[in-house]
Amino acid sequence: MSASFGDSTMQQDAARLKVTHEGDIVQVEFTSRKILDEGNIAEIGDQLSALVETEHRPRLVISFAGVDHLSSAALGTLITINNKVKNRDGQLRLCNISPQIFEVFLITKLNTLFHIYPTIKEALESLRSGAQTGRLQ
Amino acid sequence: MKHLKLQAGPRGRRESREKNVGLWCSEEFPSQMAEGRRVEEKILSQCRKYAYGQRDLFALKLALEEAICNAIRHGNKSTPSKHVRVKYRITRARIDVMVEDEGSGFDPAVLPDPTADQNLERACGRGVLLMRAYMNNVVFNAAGNSVTLTKFNENYSSSDAPICSTTVAFG
Repeated sequence: MSASFGDSTMQQDAARLKVTHEGDIVQVEFTSRKILDEGNIAEIGDQLSALVETEHRPRLVISFAGVDHLSSAALGTLITINNKVKNRDGQLRLCNISPQIFEVFLITKLNTLFHIYPTIKEALESLRSGAQTGRLQ
Repeated sequence: MKHLKLQAGPRGRRESREKNVGLWCSEEFPSQMAEGRRVEEKILSQCRKYAYGQRDLFALKLALEEAICNAIRHGNKSTPSKHVRVKYRITRARIDVMVEDEGSGFDPAVLPDPTADQNLERACGRGVLLMRAYMNNVVFNAAGNSVTLTKFNENYSSSDAPICSTTVAFG
């Protein structure tokens, strides 16, 4: 099943995420190449929070495919989401991060906080098996 | 809303060209990110004309975003009546950008290390780290309400023959 998050009005006007369910795992992709803009970040944070809060022990994969820029504000939003997922005893995986953006994670050492995988397939596999094969650090 | 003004007149422009140094340009805008982003794009557009590389442009966009966001949010507390001033000078070889706010400033030396284990889960506090990582030079003034970023064009070599200084489109 594949659907944009939110009601039809949000999809037209403000949906920043494409949400897909793979069993009990929620896959999220960004619909904007730049998750930098302050308005985008606030909306993305709200939509991700709503997703996490509707799940019991949420298992979430966020794909950065097509994202070509971000800022520390976007990192802050991801950290907030990660904390919410952990508080609900869930798990978060990030994947498809371009080398240039991955460098930002390296500089900030957030590669040690987040579980980052090269592809969505490997991210899903890590959630299913619990193994960390292929994790980028 | 246009606040652009040149710091040098026509004579200064001629002198700048002869000495192969760019003009300092200045913009002042209210504490709104949309305004800040307009200035960012104007600066990046000039850098593209001077053949700054993709890595440089990524770095500049990131550092400018952090500096301007800090000025608006932390310096001016997002108070619309307070302004941010951005001075910049672009040549083929390098770019210098000063971002100044109307706040009381801060001491960058006492910022917590955001890469320390105990701070990794904090949602903020990485802007200065990223500026320093991506720029060749980052200098704060004594008051701490102004930061000057410098980035060298990785595509530039001294054998290139710069032919003109920065000009800025008005209007």
